[in-house]
Amino acid sequence: MSAKQSRVEEKLWIKAGLTDSEYELLTSHMKREPNTVELALYAQMWSEHCGYTHTRPLFKHFLTTGPRIVQGPGENAGIVDIDDDEVITFKLESHNHPSAIAPFQGAATGVGGIVRDILAMGAYPIASLNSLHFGHPGDAGHTRYLISEVVHGIGEYGNCLGVPTVGGELRFANAYKGNPLVNAMCVGYMKKSQIKKAIATGVGNSLMIVGNLTGRDGMGGASFASKDLDEENEEDRGAIQVGDPFMEKLLIEACLEVFEEDYVVGVQDMGAAGILSSSVETASKAGNGVEIDVALVPKREEAMRPEEVMISESQERMLLIVKKGKEERVNKIFHKWDLHAVVIGQVTDDGIYRVLEDGKPVAEVPVWSLMEAPTYILEGKEPAHLEKTRRFKNDDIEIPTDLNQVLLELLGSPDICSKEWVYRQYDHRVQMNTIVKPGSDAAIIRIKGRDKAIGMTMDSNGRYCYLNPRRGAQSIVAESARNQVVSGAEPIAITDGLNFGNPEHPEVYYQLEQSIIGLSEACRALDTPVIGGNASLYNQTPEFGAIYPTPIIGMVGLVKSLEHITTMEFKNEGDFIVLVGETKDELGASEYLDQIHDMITGDVPELDLELEQKTQAFILEIIRKCLVKSAHDLGDGGMAVALAESCLSGGLGAEVSFDLELRSDSLLFGESQTRFMLSADLEAADKIIDLAAEQGIEAATIGRINSGNQLIINNLDETLVDVSITDCDYAFKTGFDKMMKTNK
Amino acid sequence: MNWGVLLFPGSNCAEDCFHVIDKVLGKPVSYLWHKDTELGDVDAIIIPGGFSYGDHLRPGAIAHLSPVMTSVKAFAEKGGLVIGICNGFQILTESRMLPGSLIQNKGIKFLCQDQSLRIENADTPFTSEYSKGDVVVLPIAHNEGNYYAKPETIVEMEGNNQILFRYCNVEGEVSNATNPNGSINNIAGIVNRTGNVVGMMPHPERSSDAVLGLSDGKGVFVSMLKYLEVKHGKDQ
Repeated sequence: MSAKQSRVEEKLWIKAGLTDSEYELLTSHMKREPNTVELALYAQMWSEHCGYTHTRPLFKHFLTTGPRIVQGPGENAGIVDIDDDEVITFKLESHNHPSAIAPFQGAATGVGGIVRDILAMGAYPIASLNSLHFGHPGDAGHTRYLISEVVHGIGEYGNCLGVPTVGGELRFANAYKGNPLVNAMCVGYMKKSQIKKAIATGVGNSLMIVGNLTGRDGMGGASFASKDLDEENEEDRGAIQVGDPFMEKLLIEACLEVFEEDYVVGVQDMGAAGILSSSVETASKAGNGVEIDVALVPKREEAMRPEEVMISESQERMLLIVKKGKEERVNKIFHKWDLHAVVIGQVTDDGIYRVLEDGKPVAEVPVWSLMEAPTYILEGKEPAHLEKTRRFKNDDIEIPTDLNQVLLELLGSPDICSKEWVYRQYDHRVQMNTIVKPGSDAAIIRIKGRDKAIGMTMDSNGRYCYLNPRRGAQSIVAESARNQVVSGAEPIAITDGLNFGNPEHPEVYYQLEQSIIGLSEACRALDTPVIGGNASLYNQTPEFGAIYPTPIIGMVGLVKSLEHITTMEFKNEGDFIVLVGETKDELGASEYLDQIHDMITGDVPELDLELEQKTQAFILEIIRKCLVKSAHDLGDGGMAVALAESCLSGGLGAEVSFDLELRSDSLLFGESQTRFMLSADLEAADKIIDLAAEQGIEAATIGRINSGNQLIINNLDETLVDVSITDCDYAFKTGFDKMMKTNK
Repeated sequence: MNWGVLLFPGSNCAEDCFHVIDKVLGKPVSYLWHKDTELGDVDAIIIPGGFSYGDHLRPGAIAHLSPVMTSVKAFAEKGGLVIGICNGFQILTESRMLPGSLIQNKGIKFLCQDQSLRIENADTPFTSEYSKGDVVVLPIAHNEGNYYAKPETIVEMEGNNQILFRYCNVEGEVSNATNPNGSINNIAGIVNRTGNVVGMMPHPERSSDAVLGLSDGKGVFVSMLKYLEVKHGKDQ
């Protein structure tokens, strides 16, 4: 049977993950039918994971430039300027499907991949963060297993590398039960002059593969990530990569040593679709062709077919474009680190992507055609549930009688409770730059020898986006920026992780489109351009359906002087507590509704982006004037939770009083946006109030910090909450352990 | 006073130790490559933490066979100061320069936290800046930090005052409840019989730079420096 016959009968392209129209398109590009190797190249490069087929048209909304933006989307990672000819590069990446099936390796290689993206920019990786989403651990032993293994995998890889894992988030909802989310972010530092690009310039220059051997692990990972998770692809275990952090550590050392010399013109990490996508991308950027002989690739397995070599996602490999004649020098440095650097091909001038096997061509396609994955603009449809959830009124629920108990329950609830169980498994101090540790609003990492530091955050809120994708996405950007400013950092830019269900479903597409619009609106308003990101679609299972729409925001900010670093804990008894922002009668979408009333409903709190920007600028201004002793953003669980967190972390009590005609639960647990909890001494508190009044920002002194052991919250002469800090502390610190032990 | 920091493939705290000697103490320091046997003109050697050889086989099991370790042993036999921190401690027990071994934490998980330690012996070149009974806070970050030795070895070490640091709580109480990893007698750091080779799981370098909020560990390096200065003075 001829190849053509078999294609007609089995439609090999369908099996490879391409549609009939895509197949037609690629044959028109090639002006002939592809052979099996060529078909495999297109199938990988045109997958959502590599080709961003559904998300690319939506990226036009994003602001991607700004005074501090050195590199926007399009490279391995974006770059921002932090003054003094120094730059920070950062990006996040998802590893959801691999982590669902092999949680330890999936999470570990997720870290490895994003670290290599940062390395490929020429930077030294200075910190990692991660955003994890799971089903409720009390519901299933399998979920607890996933949590343990994912955390273990991240820790094992990051710890061994010596890159501190300094922050992130861990959130729970049933929507993630069948499809957990594992998004990892890495931040790198370098001098501006050290920036590398992923470009294959210079005809005749060599393509060198460095690092690990190539095997059959991670076959077709990119296309695996671009379809729904179901039982059938549970069998795609071959698509899971296996990580070796020791190899990666050596790769980092060797690459950085090579980069110090003038041997390398381009660098690309081998991530999704391995040798193939890394070489296509570098060639395409230079407008050149490349020629690769698969026989030259060092392999760990026998008899690999050409397409297997090309798309393998074996870990810890990089592609270097090396100046002709410098290959031996590069190899010498790698050899010092007991690694190899092997020439596998060269840059050509004909614009053709040519794969050889022992010198004989096995694939020849135009480079540009591999990069031009067809894009799809679909018709979205508002999800049916929104009509119902929008109708929610606060009056639909009764106010619980024991508000102390509600506060304690919230402090111990999955999303809010202390995540120390997680971060004590991560080395968060290695490299000796961690000034503010995990468990804070933002991690703060210093730049050695300078009076400045970097704020790092990762935030999301799937529930918000489920209930209002556009405003929910806006709120996440706003919250990330709030986390930065309360820590003393000026928000600079974001990387986004777009985690959604199958976009071919109109309701999911609507969520995707609206979330992207919301993200870009907030990024414009807060002047935090999008400098790179990742899309992970098809996060759904037949049993549990699609995940919540979950855009994840990784943000980096600049602390201009170490003096500005501010943390959430109350510092001194007698200090005054200042609340900035307006508390409204808003309970929709809150953690309180979810945890206490078991309701995921209502609309996301209002958000005025102009006011948000103005208020954040104000907070940063008063922090820079050193008026503020502690600052905390009001997020999950609202004011009462924020107060309790500031009390228990500082080991101090507080009493606050309000005069608001408001439901007591809205006052305590509502999540009205654009609010901040500060503490300051008397003189500073007065100045803060005056400055706020001048700028038209709502701010009020609501009470004082004391050395007692109670948190007391009054409204209109009624005591709503009077709870011991010891109890708050206990609930907060034991919540996670309890959750991991419960079997509902 | 020249310091040397060993560099194995997989060492990841070498730069931190280098930073403390170079920037905090302001003393000359250089890296010593694992394949070299020439130590140069060093007065003290730091074996840093990390995952030498990826912890393959056992932590420290491959590193201790490196060419450089032969020279380090000879250096120590002549009375040179050697301090192994975290993986460096593991390398020292693997090379039998210190007794006992470090096995997996009792909680079978990696543990990174700021840990209170009680100074047990302030009369060594590594601890003279402290007083016996002082409580200090140093970060720990390890998966195999559970110190084990034969009962008779422990008795001998206790008798010789070879225990330098014990895990405790903020009040200095030493008990099972204040033992993070299961180490016998809450042992966090020990010295050899001749008093010039130390191994410790906590990271003194990570609490030497006050801007990070911890500085109790600096005393270890300052103690070593003062000892060397006195020794150097006598030599001249």
